[in-house]
Amino acid sequence: MTGFQKKLWIGLAIMALLTPLGIYLPDRFKAGDAWGEWGTDKIRELLGYVPEGLKRMADLWKAPVPDYNFGGENATFGTQAFSYIISGVLGIAAAVLLIYLITRFLVKHEK
Amino acid sequence: MHIPDGYLSPQTFVPLYGVSFIFWTVSLKKIKQELSAKYIPYIAMAAAFSFLIMMFNVPIPGGTTGHAVGGGIIAILLGPWAAVLAISVVLIIQALVFGDGGITAMGANCFNMAVVMPFVSYGVFKLIGGSAKGGLRFYAGAFLAGYIGLSAAAILTGVEFGIQPMIASGPDGRPLYAPYPLSIAVPAMAIEHMLVFGIVEGLATALILKYFVKHEAELVYAMKEA
Repeated sequence: MTGFQKKLWIGLAIMALLTPLGIYLPDRFKAGDAWGEWGTDKIRELLGYVPEGLKRMADLWKAPVPDYNFGGENATFGTQAFSYIISGVLGIAAAVLLIYLITRFLVKHEK
Repeated sequence: MHIPDGYLSPQTFVPLYGVSFIFWTVSLKKIKQELSAKYIPYIAMAAAFSFLIMMFNVPIPGGTTGHAVGGGIIAILLGPWAAVLAISVVLIIQALVFGDGGITAMGANCFNMAVVMPFVSYGVFKLIGGSAKGGLRFYAGAFLAGYIGLSAAAILTGVEFGIQPMIASGPDGRPLYAPYPLSIAVPAMAIEHMLVFGIVEGLATALILKYFVKHEAELVYAMKEA
């Protein structure tokens, strides 16, 4: 790894440590879900009903770590912040691994 | 901008899977042709960066949240085809592991954020930045690349939401999937991204580019091409 790449990785590590800002600030400024990413409860609140097709497909997939949170919906901020950082690290690890696997046989190795 | 499961009708998400699949295939081919092995660590870092920057939810006080994607800077540094791969990998992990974005909507989300965004960004950068290697035009081009790229992806997402009531409704006339028409969905997605999140994306694009130009200018893909 070159010195420059090392610096970039340090930058990414610092970013990962700062990610809890991404849940703290929305909470602090009372900002809710992203537009169009509401759960079915919120949709019922907005429309008074849940569209049929949406209801059928909404829970199609049970993600192992929903919302980057290991602690469940009622987790304390500390748990959420910690989960968020761990999720960031896991996400990076998975992404790097996949990129290396995919490109491994793709790119010519030269001096 | 991560469309969840249930918001898009099969008439929408199936074709978008097809389109994304084509771009994934070509992306691998182009990476093979264009990039040497020394780029692989950078593609991996680009994916890591995109994953992280999407975790920084930016609040609109009392309203919604949104985030940058990193598609602009990745396209400028590594080329739009490498950006397709880096961001698609991130979106697939987000959907499978963290439930961020739907499984059925994966093709659509990849098309919006991993295909359209990097190509629009790259085009804007080349158009405005031209062959400059620094200076106002160069960095204005970088800012606008991120800003317009993210806005384009957001507007496209708004269109995908907005056409759902036209495509599918139940016997009672109620929409079956995303409920809001184009006249609501497109402005909602466009305005928040053009006023807030696009600025974040634009600034990140210009600042990171400045860092690369200073330290590893010969790496920057967009500065190599004629």
